Amino acid sequence: MNTLMPYLIIGAIVFTLGIFTIIYKKNAVGILMGVELVLNSVNINFIAFAKFVDKGINGQVVAIFIIILAAAEAAIALAIILNIYRTKATVDVTELNEMKN
Amino acid sequence: MITLALYIWLVPLLAFGIQIFFGKRLPRKGDWVSVGAIGISFFLTLIMFVRMLLNYSPDYAVHASVPWINVGTFKIAMGIYLDNLAITMAMAVTTVSFVVHIYSIGYMEGDPRYSRFFAYLSLFSFSMLGLIFFDNLFGIFMMWELVGLCSYLLIGFYFEKKSASDAGKKAFITNRVGDWGFLIGLLIVFTTLGTFTITDIHTLVAQGKLTGGLLTAAGILLFAGAVGKSAQFPLHVWLPDAMEGPTPVSALIHAATMVAAGVYLMARISFMLSFDAMLVVAYIGGFTAFFAATIAITQNDIKRVLAYSTISQLGYMIMAIGVGAYQAGFFHLVTHAMFKAGLFLGSGSVIHAMHHAMHKTGVEEDPNDIRLMGGFRHKMPITYYTFLIFSLALSGIPFFSGFLSKDAILGGTLAFAMAQSNPIHYLLPTFGFLAAIITAFYMFRLIIKTFFGEPKRPDLYEHIHESPKVMTGPLITLATLSIWIFFTLPSISPFGSENSWYYHLVKKPESAVSVQLGHPVLEIPEHIEHSAHVNGMMISIIFALTGILLAYMFYYWKKWDVEAFTNKIRPLYDLSYHKYYIDEIYNATLVRGLLLWNNILAWFDAHIIDGLVNGAAFVTRHVSRLSGIFDLGFVDGLVNAVADLTRDTGQLLRKVQTGQLQFYIFGALAGLVLIIIGTLM
Amino acid sequence: MGMISLVTFIPIFGLLIVLLIPKQNEKAIKWFSAIVAFIPFLIATYMWTQFNYSLSGINNEMQFQFVEHAKWIPSLHIEYFVGLDGLSFPMFWLTTLLSFLAIVASFGINKSVKGYFALFLLLETGMLGVFVALDFFLFYVFWEVMLLPMYFLIGIWGGPRREYAAIKFFLYTLLGSVLMLVVMLALYFNVKDPVTGQHTFNMLHMMNQSNHSGWLLGLDVRYWLYILLFIGFAIKVPVFPFHTWLPDAHVEAPTAISVILAGILLKMGTYGMLRISYPIFPDIAVKTANWLAILGVINILYGAFVAMAQKDLKKLVAYSSVSHMGFVLLGMAAMTDASIHGAIFQMFSHGMITAMLFLIVGVIYDRAHHRQIDGFGGLAVSMPIYAGVAALAFFAAMGLPGMTGFIAEASVFIGSFGVYRTLTILAALGIVITASYVLWTVQRVFLGKLNPKYEHIAEINGRELFTLVPLGILVIFFGIYPMPVLHLMRSSLIHLIALMH
Repeated sequence: MNTLMPYLIIGAIVFTLGIFTIIYKKNAVGILMGVELVLNSVNINFIAFAKFVDKGINGQVVAIFIIILAAAEAAIALAIILNIYRTKATVDVTELNEMKN
Repeated sequence: MITLALYIWLVPLLAFGIQIFFGKRLPRKGDWVSVGAIGISFFLTLIMFVRMLLNYSPDYAVHASVPWINVGTFKIAMGIYLDNLAITMAMAVTTVSFVVHIYSIGYMEGDPRYSRFFAYLSLFSFSMLGLIFFDNLFGIFMMWELVGLCSYLLIGFYFEKKSASDAGKKAFITNRVGDWGFLIGLLIVFTTLGTFTITDIHTLVAQGKLTGGLLTAAGILLFAGAVGKSAQFPLHVWLPDAMEGPTPVSALIHAATMVAAGVYLMARISFMLSFDAMLVVAYIGGFTAFFAATIAITQNDIKRVLAYSTISQLGYMIMAIGVGAYQAGFFHLVTHAMFKAGLFLGSGSVIHAMHHAMHKTGVEEDPNDIRLMGGFRHKMPITYYTFLIFSLALSGIPFFSGFLSKDAILGGTLAFAMAQSNPIHYLLPTFGFLAAIITAFYMFRLIIKTFFGEPKRPDLYEHIHESPKVMTGPLITLATLSIWIFFTLPSISPFGSENSWYYHLVKKPESAVSVQLGHPVLEIPEHIEHSAHVNGMMISIIFALTGILLAYMFYYWKKWDVEAFTNKIRPLYDLSYHKYYIDEIYNATLVRGLLLWNNILAWFDAHIIDGLVNGAAFVTRHVSRLSGIFDLGFVDGLVNAVADLTRDTGQLLRKVQTGQLQFYIFGALAGLVLIIIGTLM
Repeated sequence: MGMISLVTFIPIFGLLIVLLIPKQNEKAIKWFSAIVAFIPFLIATYMWTQFNYSLSGINNEMQFQFVEHAKWIPSLHIEYFVGLDGLSFPMFWLTTLLSFLAIVASFGINKSVKGYFALFLLLETGMLGVFVALDFFLFYVFWEVMLLPMYFLIGIWGGPRREYAAIKFFLYTLLGSVLMLVVMLALYFNVKDPVTGQHTFNMLHMMNQSNHSGWLLGLDVRYWLYILLFIGFAIKVPVFPFHTWLPDAHVEAPTAISVILAGILLKMGTYGMLRISYPIFPDIAVKTANWLAILGVINILYGAFVAMAQKDLKKLVAYSSVSHMGFVLLGMAAMTDASIHGAIFQMFSHGMITAMLFLIVGVIYDRAHHRQIDGFGGLAVSMPIYAGVAALAFFAAMGLPGMTGFIAEASVFIGSFGVYRTLTILAALGIVITASYVLWTVQRVFLGKLNPKYEHIAEINGRELFTLVPLGILVIFFGIYPMPVLHLMRSSLIHLIALMH
């Protein structure tokens, strides 16, 4: 298990799951979870490359940034979703089409 | 003399200027301005005339001219040419004009356009004197038109009456027809000779610069002007209608002076008449003399009788010029001016009286109608006696001026016929003698009907009065001037004027045509001339007396029944009464034809020519509509098609823009996958 | 700045100032325009006193007077080249006079006064420019400058069918302009300035046949160019059958515009022929003169006949213009001293007489609001002064001696008779027909019983008399003593005739 490949495969799987979640979930919270998955798959990649290719701590630093960013993003997104729910009584993204036409 | 002539000529113009602008505001409405002006002209002319008599030279002539138009080869000089002919004519004109001016003071009294009337008279005097004095045909033509204008204005003086304005118009237009010929004659003269001056024309024609058919044509065309102005057949129709004008005007313009201008012109240019032209002139004159006399017999309007008589007498004068009896023709012009003016003034006196009588009794009828008159000699003695004198003069009875001149004409005509080999030319003296008999007849018919017999309308008769002195004075003056003695001096023989001042002074100018041809155009041997004059005198006296006798038989003694006789010759009577229907014929053909033709052309203009223009516009509009359709459908269609395509594509692509984030991501992913696959392949 | 430019452009300056006057101040606009139009007349009259009668002009720059010659558009060799000679001066002077009188006659206008007077002043500059221009391009520019204000003046201030008339006028004249443009360009590319060797629009160079080169020497092309140019000018004259715009335009145009239209614009056609067609194509002009004479006689007779059938007084006067312009054509065609002087004198004389006639029609139209000849009658009773002035004008139109029309017509006849005998005899018949329709009209309008409708119609007023009396005086003065005007033209016209033969 000292090779880069398994990490990349896991990252790809997680990324793919995240993307599909974003595409298929109608629920805004679900999409948010998909986004978290994508971000984390990126984190895995960063750390894997840092460990096997870079040999420094750049990857870890970026990963920590992403985690913080993801937390902030989740907080804001949830707040928006909550507000949408309050006004629209739904969190189904297909019905949120105010900007159409 | 030239200066004198200028004063004589221009003083009436000054009077016209004053009258037309200030006449109404002057005391007495300014009649004294015009009368004074013509008076000055009269006395100056008298001075000129006396000087001429003292001079007593047949060759007397003064000539002065100034260049008037001078551009390149186009030169016209204007000048004054005074010879005995012009001075005599001016004397006659100023005399009659002066007398008529004075008469008008009485006749026109109270007319609302009193000052206007005198203004026109002054303008007329000016134009007529210019016509006499000018040395060139162009100037004469200008004045010729101006006297025509005055005639127009004065005939239509009572323009509220349609008949009056119609008559004025008719006079002017008929004259213009004659002037058309006159103008073309002038053009022939100028284009061949390069001058209008009469003395130069004389010289040049004598040199043979204008010959043959063109010369004849020029003579006849210039004569056409005289036909119009002197009311010769077939342009005589305007003169009877011209009697619509005030009577003094009829006396001055339409009897004594203006209508005689044609004769004066012919006398002036007689030197350039070829033999053929002379024949035309003679026959037109002779025929008119006879023809107009036959109409005068049946007319009932006192002025119309006199009008036809004027036409007839003018025919005599023209005929005289045509047969080469130049002196006789012009002589008749002068004597006729006096007694015919007198006749008109006398008739004016009668009409004036009738008018007042009708005004008083409230009768609304024609004051000119002789059927309403009769017995007036008791009421208007002066008018009657002067009228009688004038009639005797007109009829050609010895001791009166008319006899002298008429006899001279008839003698001249007879001599002409006798000298010609072709007996057909006896037609001319025949016309002359027949006209003489008829003249005497209709004049006495007129006198008897007006002054003799029982009053036809006692109601009117009661109110008939002699005219005021200002009107009878002129009558007496003119009657005096109709006595033979004034025209035969220094001889006092009442039977011939061969030894008179007139025959001594007014000589026939040498015929330029004769000089040109090298032989006389018209040769009448002395003995024929003499015998013709003796015979002519006898015949004319007998004929005149016969005419008078016939009139007495019919109308005074009533030996013959007029009605019965009239019925016997009904068709002839109708022809005469209706003036041979010439007016009707002209109206039906020329006037209507012209109006129809105008309307056709106007229709043509409005519908065909303008139609073409509008049609072109119409076609252009429709072509442009077609091209508009093409433009819209094809050219614009292409443009629109591009737009449409863009729009439709847009519409299509719009479907893709769902706004669904997931869909976009799916698209991006799908694209990524495709790119990857593409790259791998 | 020379005197010609001064006269020509004073109206434009006036226009600029008129535009500055507030719209409500109509009185100021009217008076100011009248003053502006009077100054050119004064200067032109002064120029008459300075005129050198011995200089001939026509095709030699040294013989022109008051010449101004400057570069305008050097790249195309277009010059500002103006000058006067005996051919143009009478028309130039007449234009200044009639413009002034027409402006005074327009004082009655009350619809957008400012625009009217501004356009009128522009029109005056255009007209004056046409008569002074000696550069073909400049001539063309002025020709067009004149056209446009005319269109608006008829189209806005005209009668009920004004749009139709204005468009007809505009399109018709524009057609003429286009033909002229074609000829102008053809000449431009064919003629070289002998000094610089460049193409030129200078008319005087065009008149010198040795400056022509190349394809234009071929006779056929010259024929066509002459005919195109002729049609261009013929529309303006108007020559039968291009005359139908005239009655419409006249009937609809306001009085003052009719005066200008008949008094000046018609003369530009014949002026153009004499100024441009004749000297540039003398050979063709001589060859086609017979046709011109025939057209002239048709104009005379046809115009007179049709005039007689008219019921509208203004239309009658319009057709009488057609008839009278025929004399100009006949006189031009005969090309003799007498006839050509007669022709130009007729242009001058008819300008005044027809102006009087239109003013007279305007007077009665302002009062009665209609122009039906049969609708009047007996006006001599209620308006004696008016009737007197009108009679004067009508008699002048009839060619009565003592007035200018007679001199002109007689000269034309005298000059033409030797060349076209039959045609002149026919043309002379025109005087009979003219007398008929004139007298008939006078009778129907002024004589007879007074139409009770017009019993209290107002007599002609001072302003109207002010416009009519000067013309009447001139018509009589030059009719008795025509030499001052004939003298103006003499050198130029004799030279022109010499050039033609």
